[in-house]
Amino acid sequence: MPDHSFASFAKKAFARRESTLILLLFVLLVPISVRSPQFLSMKNISTILNDMAILSIVAIGEFYVILSGGIDLSVGSIIAFSGMACGMVNESYPQVSPALLLLLGIVIGLAMGLVNGILVAYGKIPPIITTLGTVNIYRGMTFLLSKGTWVTAHEMTPAYIALPRTTFLGISILLWIAFFVIALCYYFSRFTRTGREIYAIGGNPTAAKFVGVDENRVRVVVFLVSGALCGLAGALWTARYASAVNEMATGFEMQAVAACVLGGVNFSGGAGGIIGVVLGTLFLGVVTNALPVIYLSVFWQTCVQGLIILLALTLNTLSDQHKNKKLLAQRRG
Amino acid sequence: MDEQRDLVAKSRLINEMSLKNRLIEFFTKWEVLLCIIFASMFIFFTLRTPYFLDWFNLMNATFQFSEKAIMALPMIFIIMCGDIDISIASIIALCAYVVGSAAQGGASIPSMIALSLLVGTLAGLFNGLMITTLNMPAIAVTLATQSIFRGISIGLLGDQARTSFPEGFGFFGQEFIKGTIIPFEFVLYLVLMLLFAFILHKTTYGRRLYAIGNSAEAARFSGVNVKLTRIINFTITGFFCGLTAVLLASRILSVRSNIATGWDLEIITLVVLGGVAITGGRGTVFGVFLGSLLVGYLKFGMGLLKFSGTLMTIVIGSLLISAVLLPRLLDLYKANRKLRLQAQR
Amino acid sequence: MPNALLEVHNLTKIFPGIRALDDVHLTLRSGEVHALIGENGAGKSTLVKVLTGVYIPTSGTLTFEGKEVAFRNALDAQASGIVAIHQEASMFPELTVTENIFMGHHLRNPRTKKLDWKAMTEQTRQLLARMQLDIDPDTLVKNLSVAKRHMVEITKALSLDAKLVIMDEPTSALTGREVEDLFRIVRSLKEQGKAILFISHKFDEIFTICDYYTVFRDGQYIGEGKVAESNEDAIINMMIGRSIDQLYPEHQKQKGKEVLRIEKLCQLGAFKDISFTLHEGEVLGLFGLVGAGRSEVVRTIFGIDKSSGGSMHLLGEPFKPKGAKESMRRGIALVPEDRQKQGLVLKMSLTNNISLPVLKQLSFKGMVTSAGKERTYVQCHGNQMEIKSAGYHVDAETLSGGNQQKVVLAKWIGTSPKILILDEPTKGIDVATKAAVHQFVCDMAQKGVAVILISSELPEILGMSDRILVMHEGYQTAILDARKATAESVMKAAIATTVMEDTHA
Repeated sequence: MPDHSFASFAKKAFARRESTLILLLFVLLVPISVRSPQFLSMKNISTILNDMAILSIVAIGEFYVILSGGIDLSVGSIIAFSGMACGMVNESYPQVSPALLLLLGIVIGLAMGLVNGILVAYGKIPPIITTLGTVNIYRGMTFLLSKGTWVTAHEMTPAYIALPRTTFLGISILLWIAFFVIALCYYFSRFTRTGREIYAIGGNPTAAKFVGVDENRVRVVVFLVSGALCGLAGALWTARYASAVNEMATGFEMQAVAACVLGGVNFSGGAGGIIGVVLGTLFLGVVTNALPVIYLSVFWQTCVQGLIILLALTLNTLSDQHKNKKLLAQRRG
Repeated sequence: MDEQRDLVAKSRLINEMSLKNRLIEFFTKWEVLLCIIFASMFIFFTLRTPYFLDWFNLMNATFQFSEKAIMALPMIFIIMCGDIDISIASIIALCAYVVGSAAQGGASIPSMIALSLLVGTLAGLFNGLMITTLNMPAIAVTLATQSIFRGISIGLLGDQARTSFPEGFGFFGQEFIKGTIIPFEFVLYLVLMLLFAFILHKTTYGRRLYAIGNSAEAARFSGVNVKLTRIINFTITGFFCGLTAVLLASRILSVRSNIATGWDLEIITLVVLGGVAITGGRGTVFGVFLGSLLVGYLKFGMGLLKFSGTLMTIVIGSLLISAVLLPRLLDLYKANRKLRLQAQR
Repeated sequence: MPNALLEVHNLTKIFPGIRALDDVHLTLRSGEVHALIGENGAGKSTLVKVLTGVYIPTSGTLTFEGKEVAFRNALDAQASGIVAIHQEASMFPELTVTENIFMGHHLRNPRTKKLDWKAMTEQTRQLLARMQLDIDPDTLVKNLSVAKRHMVEITKALSLDAKLVIMDEPTSALTGREVEDLFRIVRSLKEQGKAILFISHKFDEIFTICDYYTVFRDGQYIGEGKVAESNEDAIINMMIGRSIDQLYPEHQKQKGKEVLRIEKLCQLGAFKDISFTLHEGEVLGLFGLVGAGRSEVVRTIFGIDKSSGGSMHLLGEPFKPKGAKESMRRGIALVPEDRQKQGLVLKMSLTNNISLPVLKQLSFKGMVTSAGKERTYVQCHGNQMEIKSAGYHVDAETLSGGNQQKVVLAKWIGTSPKILILDEPTKGIDVATKAAVHQFVCDMAQKGVAVILISSELPEILGMSDRILVMHEGYQTAILDARKATAESVMKAAIATTVMEDTHA
């Protein structure tokens, strides 16, 4: 009979990636906060969280695509197009409320995600090729839309710029939105059939087909979700940085993928969770913010991020190899 | 499963002649299509602007794409084996930093080049070793090393630039072959292209790349050292990153940490556009050569017509998607037609 | 006799250019285990795919529970109560047992549509208990053994409230004890009134567990009957359409010098303490039930896998290959078990396939410029094997199974091996090619090549080998002299748990 003791629960908990990440976060935070007590101040924590809010939204979108066994390289360009569109609408029609702008961003993202999804699902083009194409197309469309100009802070309405900064119950709207997205997506991937079907398609497409999962539908859904979240992120991006430029969010897809890798999302698809992705994002944020504390120039941030990802990958593989060996030894001594 | 495959095999045997024809059709098709696109592009630009069909301009334009075209060559090997490398732009940046710093430190041109090639080769070797020893997907590992290599050059260079280079260093990226209008870079590219075509299509190494790309396991059971081959691919690519860094630094005579940003995806685009299957096992150097020239001259021509570079990105993105979508749609059409014909009978 | 649950009448399925099923019949009744018997290519898998809605039949009728049905997809069939247990391929290794069971029909709160994990886990617990299985519903499937994964699959069929359970070669990956567990479950399904369609190649299993049988041959219905009223020979006759002749080609049984000596060879999780010697001109049969670790042993000898203990000596010299390349250079060739994945690069031409292991020799300093040399080589060895194809330029995937196997053989004779290892070389190929393979093995032995032959077919092992090494669950249980060995003695060693030693070892 299954073992329900605390020991087995603890063992299971620590076998999970999430717990390891939390543990690592603490291991990281203790020496940092000893060295620089203000690191754990409310102000600094809220800075880190706000910095990471947009990335976490995008990373969750990327998570669904990777979970289904694909990759979305077009996230940066979708953010740029949506951000630019929102900025320009805000400039030309100041009467449009910021909330509507967020909605506009989401709708734009949905449309772009739909194109990705249809090309992948019905055109049978590998996701990496599809999004390698659309990353160019969407970026080009951003230029066409803006005609090469940009939207600056004084062309935007104060209400829009203030949107992410406004606080509610002491927490910024930006963070509330991120929390909302995280909660919604958690529910989606844990408690809806479609959410679980993404795991099925990523884990074993043939088997998924046998139990009646519609592969094409799932593939479209993941790109729709990714697109919608990027669209939302674009609208927030323009407001938060109070400008919309053509080059915005260039290369952001790599950060999003990095957060997923750190969060234990399997590149071959079918394994990983929202909480892991959020923790992965947080981990990236803490490390980035902690660099000055250990007297390392901000210029080393990229390198440290890369090293962390490589370390995470290595640990993943080694633990898998260890597990396999144990399983083998069980089979025949 | 086996039974079904047998059935498929049997039915294929019956349709063998038509299948063979279709395969030949298919394999030649993409390169033919590229040629047609390339020719029509040439005609279009020639009709639209008098400056296009001008030998000096056409040669001069190669400065804009030779380096990327060179990088696409080793990338063929990597993609042929079903791998991918998204760290090449970062390795180029790291090597360019090495070149720039060595120049500032007063190193001679040969030692600058040697250093760049060495660093590039080591970086590529590191990629290859991480991927094969840890048995991780290439995209994941090179995603990490992309940040690491780029990060090292950012960390060491900060917001500085290296701009002092010894006299004569500009030759590699700026000069022409003596007495002609042909840039040295382009000649180098053509030579390398022929070399890579020879290796891929005429040597045992090339044959093994195809075998690995189609079925790594069958290749392993035939005595092909799959791991070693993949490591060599990444190492070669690293070496060429070092070479490209020299050309690039020589051409623009200024090294910043953001040098060559975004090149990874551009170069992968060239390779896929050239007809190399992203899953491996299919493609030719000639196709990639056509793809590289097509993109290069498309950019040049549109620049002449004062199209913004942005329209360019849209065109290239669309080309990339059509490169994969078109053959598939054609196949689908043919299959449908065949079914209809059978139904009529 | 109870009424028929499922009746298949005049069913035909045509693929472009081939009749996979030609006017076949099948009748299944509740509470009965029905064996579907036939050689590879007989149409069994096609029929299963029609029954489960994967293929749509060209013509014919399916009557299920008295009503004529037409399944459009896998879901349709499942909803009606027909569930197939596929091999391992249909699991989601990264998900829990509970989720594997409920994927595709997760339980939901009827009002909120929220998935009800508590109820699913509880139901899984009950289902597992009903099957007397000690598996935690929250375990990830990747952490379960192959046998337990299988049991989870069957549990899944139960959860779907299946009326007809189709088991396609269910025991192929199981060990002896695990097969017993499976049979216990099959019997309990039978008691619950389920109909079971049992597809197997193994006669002992058919005679142990099945009540009824139907035989197909080349896509056609041949006959049916009660298992209890039939015998092995009669069924085999129906399968192959003629009585089995036990004629195997003879080769001179003259023992040459020792070429390979293996002592206490081990590999973690696969096999332990394998010791034997191999001589020139000898055919050593390697027998064991599927999963006994035979393939793993030869893979290790060929350098594909690493050993975790023991030693090998090749021609008196220590031998520890780092890869297939080294073994090939030292004169070993392996015709692997899986032709399609390991033996051939399907999307390459026959020429490129046959020359792949010897590319270096055919090239001039790494250059394959002398296409003529390659062509001559390929034609020489290809013609020797009498490969039927439209030419050597066609892709390997266009050939039939038997011809593909000939290509694999042609690929390896060119390496002039001293030791030739064949892993199930006659699996799934036609009778004529089978005979050609047997003749080939003999010819090689005659030439002084030492041969290791793995086969799951007892007559083949007995007929072809000089000595027979028998394995059971990773252990070596006997080395027998083929002249003295009988089907019984070999089988006994393959099932037995006590280690028997023979003076010939």
